[in-house]
Amino acid sequence: MSDVAERVKKIVVEHLGVEEAKVTDTASFIDDLGADSLDTVELVMAFEEEFGIEIPDDAAEKILTVKDAIDFISSKQG
Amino acid sequence: MRRVVITGMGLVTPLGVGVQTNWDRLIKGQSGIRTIQGFDVSDLPCRIAGQVPRGDGSDGTLNLDLFIPPKEQKKMDDFIMFAIAAADEAIKDSGWKPSNDEEFERTGVSVGSGIGGLPGIYETSLVLAEKGPRRVSPFFIPSCLINLASGHISINHGYKGPNHAVVTACSTGAHSIGDAARMIALDDADVMVAGGAEGACSRLGIAGFAAARALSTSFNDTPEQGSRPYDKARDGFVMGEGAGVVVLEELEHAKKRGAKIYAEVVGYGLSGDAYHITSPSEDGNGGFRSMRMAMKRAGLNPGDVDYINAHGTSTPLGDLIELGAVKRLFGNDLAGASMSSTKSAIGHLLGAAGAVEAIYSVLSIRDQVVPPTLNLDNPDDGTEGADLVPKVAKERKVRAALSNSFGFGGTNASLVFKALS
Repeated sequence: MSDVAERVKKIVVEHLGVEEAKVTDTASFIDDLGADSLDTVELVMAFEEEFGIEIPDDAAEKILTVKDAIDFISSKQG
Repeated sequence: MRRVVITGMGLVTPLGVGVQTNWDRLIKGQSGIRTIQGFDVSDLPCRIAGQVPRGDGSDGTLNLDLFIPPKEQKKMDDFIMFAIAAADEAIKDSGWKPSNDEEFERTGVSVGSGIGGLPGIYETSLVLAEKGPRRVSPFFIPSCLINLASGHISINHGYKGPNHAVVTACSTGAHSIGDAARMIALDDADVMVAGGAEGACSRLGIAGFAAARALSTSFNDTPEQGSRPYDKARDGFVMGEGAGVVVLEELEHAKKRGAKIYAEVVGYGLSGDAYHITSPSEDGNGGFRSMRMAMKRAGLNPGDVDYINAHGTSTPLGDLIELGAVKRLFGNDLAGASMSSTKSAIGHLLGAAGAVEAIYSVLSIRDQVVPPTLNLDNPDDGTEGADLVPKVAKERKVRAALSNSFGFGGTNASLVFKALS
């Protein structure tokens, strides 16, 4: 697992209070991990803080799964 | 009008979590006032407060994890968490469990706060200034809004009846209970979870009240002596935090399910001073009219009331103004009553005060004992003729109790409770 993936998953576990095993690549924040719309806003903020990047609102709207987050952040860091 | 009784009670105060823990400590004459913990007070003129003791949940300490999942705690400010914990105790105590749609729709919530999420407003404004708007949490607004205490309680328990939140500064707790009782009396609900919560012990809260010259500043080295209503050396109130929540219920509804009934809410009075934003009107007319209205609604004469839980915040002006109004209303009957300020033990819980003190008043009826006014070493001139229960609790007959709350803006509320007859 890449460094980005590991850090993303750690943030998801911390912020959503879910078990690590549930945070798979394909897991949807809202459908699988119990997040609501405010939780997803906060998650995106936490990603921004952790990786020192800015995630514009139109991009944030497309980050629905753990993999979406990993891919977006990796592309920014690429 | 339908009659309203109290069937459940819950407390989170500087004396601890739980009604019985509170009452035992209050009657023993213990104080919950300490040196402030948790934030820097070195440059503040007042460095003492009544903070809720935190711990693992034993010995009356508050362990929030027992009430709210850790992940949810960051979404709510202190006052909401205090309210949730107090409501949980009150609801359990009442044994009320709605079991169908109609029962859920006939159960409401009315828990207010004087200030709301001041610590979060303070912290978030620092984030905004230092890091900019993109770092402001999406949970900031719902964590500080006053009606979110009622909102969370309603969501947690599924109550779909009236959802109300009073904001009347230090009268909030009393108005919350009074208004909720009216909703039941007028048949808008059968059960109401009602009370007040406050969690404003923060640098901003202390600095603000200190700037208004409202806080005690002479007892920073002897915190337990700081709150001393009616004493000559009093010099302002000591801020407290916590929540008081009761379950109010229509009398026949409570009887039908065999609920334990603590007391009946027989009187509720409200008035405005129309005088000043922070000072009480010197003639005490606002408090007088509020008490008189509550007594009239209760159908009681002053001679029927045995205990008065005073607003008595330990400010130089307010204590004697209230006592003057009580003397005017009670006349010679004051000789037969006892009046004390439990703020001497827990400080001033602002929006929670009226609800916490309502519970103490009800317990005085249940146990036929009145709590003391701590630190009353030298009663001030003008207190003659009133039994202010100095320092030691007193066993006595208590048929009915009157509880006063007066708030900034000149808003007054009085409640009268009576043993069920």
